[in-house]
Amino acid sequence: MAKKIGSKTKTPMPCQEARPRARNFSEVALGYSVEMAVAEANRCIECKNRPCIAGCPVEIDIPGFIKAVAENRFVDAAHILKSKNSLPAICGRVCPQEEQCEKVCTLGVKFEPVGVGRVERFVADWARENLADETPQKQPPNGKRVAVVGSGPAGLTVAGDLIQMGYQVTIFEALHKAGGVLVYGIPEFRLPKSIVQNEIDYLLHMGVELQTNVVIGKSLTLDELLSEEGFDAVFIGTGAGLPSFMKIPGINLIGVYSANEYLTRSNLMKAYRFPEYDTPLIRAKNVAVVGGGNTAMDSVRTALRLGADHAYLIYRRSRNEMPARHEEIEHAEEEGVQFHLLTNPVEIFGNERGGVRGMRCQRMELGEPDDSGRRRPVPVPGSEFEVEVDTVVMAVGQGANPVLTSTAPNLKTNKWGNIVADPETCATSIPGVFAGGDIVSGGATVILAMGAGRKAARSIHAYLSDPERSSQTEIQEAVMQG
Amino acid sequence: MHRIVRKNQLAADVVQLEVEAPLIARKRRAGQFVIVHLNEEAERIPLTIADSDPARGTLTLIIQGVGKSTKQLNRLQAGDVIRDILGPLGKPTHIQPNSQVVCIGGGIGAAVVYPIVRAFRESSSQVISIIGARTKSLLILEDEIRALSEQTIVTTDDGSYGMSGFVTDALKRILSNGKVVDEVIAIGPVPMMRAVCKVTREAGVKTVVSLNPIMVDGTGMCGGCRVMVGGKMQFVCVDGPEFDGHEVDFDELTARLKSYTQFEKESLERYENLCGVHCGLPA
Repeated sequence: MAKKIGSKTKTPMPCQEARPRARNFSEVALGYSVEMAVAEANRCIECKNRPCIAGCPVEIDIPGFIKAVAENRFVDAAHILKSKNSLPAICGRVCPQEEQCEKVCTLGVKFEPVGVGRVERFVADWARENLADETPQKQPPNGKRVAVVGSGPAGLTVAGDLIQMGYQVTIFEALHKAGGVLVYGIPEFRLPKSIVQNEIDYLLHMGVELQTNVVIGKSLTLDELLSEEGFDAVFIGTGAGLPSFMKIPGINLIGVYSANEYLTRSNLMKAYRFPEYDTPLIRAKNVAVVGGGNTAMDSVRTALRLGADHAYLIYRRSRNEMPARHEEIEHAEEEGVQFHLLTNPVEIFGNERGGVRGMRCQRMELGEPDDSGRRRPVPVPGSEFEVEVDTVVMAVGQGANPVLTSTAPNLKTNKWGNIVADPETCATSIPGVFAGGDIVSGGATVILAMGAGRKAARSIHAYLSDPERSSQTEIQEAVMQG
Repeated sequence: MHRIVRKNQLAADVVQLEVEAPLIARKRRAGQFVIVHLNEEAERIPLTIADSDPARGTLTLIIQGVGKSTKQLNRLQAGDVIRDILGPLGKPTHIQPNSQVVCIGGGIGAAVVYPIVRAFRESSSQVISIIGARTKSLLILEDEIRALSEQTIVTTDDGSYGMSGFVTDALKRILSNGKVVDEVIAIGPVPMMRAVCKVTREAGVKTVVSLNPIMVDGTGMCGGCRVMVGGKMQFVCVDGPEFDGHEVDFDELTARLKSYTQFEKESLERYENLCGVHCGLPA
């Protein structure tokens, strides 16, 4: 029986005031109180068909944990949530819920959907504070070893799932800190690093081994993992690759950054605490960030926090086509980011010292839909204008990283250099080697990488439990024929 | 954690550190580099691997103290530790067996050239080495390189030792003697590499340079080390560090190396003030 409808709108998320927060790196959204979480959970009408579960890439029993919260059963809620999602505190903060669970919410047909992400975050944070001493449940060791390459969302999910199934798991991370994009990419103000560290500590507590500063393809090759190092299976989740730069004059001037570099300097290397930390980052007065995704939003909001007077977001399509989460776009606007939509840079100008002085842009209009189904932006003749900027950040996507694949000749890649993997099993062209996340899909989201990780863990388990490895052969052949 | 097992002072402000890094020691080949991250607050900086000892599981790094990060590394002593060392990174040098090559190392570049000289020597190539420095006291690895080379010419800008002049003067002399040279490897400060390339372009001799731009991750993720080579954007950490010197846009490289001059100055001043007058001096 469906419940009666309560409030038509979501319980608002308490946030830091826009003006002060635009100048600090503390988390923007403060999280629900117990009362707010219970009130929001009570908005769920307990509909019969539960479309939200299918809307979730890791198939969380959303109505289950929401009902538990509505009834003040937070321990139950945490168990339901964690049984399907090993990183709920992260997902509650960075998932694009409006495109997933909340998009298909029955309540959302007429009113605002249930704030699933906000309640998820509440449960995860509550569990972190109140259930810290829980001993993780684990299957007895089965003697098999799995190597996980990359400690981003895909790798952490695979590691978390397999360690519970009784595998011995070693994560290899190229950077000096684990977490991948959660650490170098997503800023502190959106995802506090202590939360990521907490999730990693949990995996280590479960028995996962972590080796930082090991780059597979250089320090060790894929072949060596399977032979000398004696791993029974390998998961590759190496994530984002080479950043893309627009082919326009001035792209190599001092002060033109890829979003990867800009964010890595700030987040991983803590350039915002220079000179206490040694890594510098140009403190610009006027910063233009080019792109419309979450990475662009993270960069432009970081620019404000680094002290920019003006932070511009330059995007060639309109607001409707922006791939960023709605909440990030709203937060950026509240904080004073100035949007130049339907605008594209054509040239960056330098000063006598090789730095950035300004940028020429042109207006765009939307034409016919392109391959992505979005309307293609076309330049408006004679619409060029100049903006005065001293830093430009390119957040226009990335290609595949070649470091691992270039030393693994039998690992099949597509024409963009991404690893070819079976969408259902994550199996690659090499038996016992699985891959998922951005290195397979190209730039996507944290939750999709986690979804791939979940599937990969399942099929690694199937592969290592089947002595004949029979099912694998067919998949391999399919991947090879691609 | 990587323990320093040995330290040698090679010249004023130049030290040689032998550090534990067994995995990298086993893997590395001539021309490759590591990213070094001294401690939590430190920068990640690229340093060429000068040598390795797989049996001892150690790497040799040669570091010139220029800014805070390198001066701080140079003050470490045997027994101290470096938090993170990542590698080996970049593509190894392409070593053509049985060839006749000229290897040029300018200043600290001699440390990069040294393992390349050895690799050529081990592949039955004949190596003429030119090592240059501003003045005699800054010269490094002369004996080591001399022992591996068929001929070694030392140049100093001020004439305090060896031939007076630049490495290009020595190179011109070799080329004008009609000596067959299949390839020139030139590693050193950007103006030196540019000058060598000018000479070899005119002489029509293939020239490889090794670039050392600003890097963060060193694994192809950040794009900070991009250079234009033959009109194409290349990432030094994964496509290099060695490129055809006749195709490199040295102007842009020079400009980009100055990206953080102000910050570097501030950082160094602060460091020297914080740790007193002995900071940055050879320990």
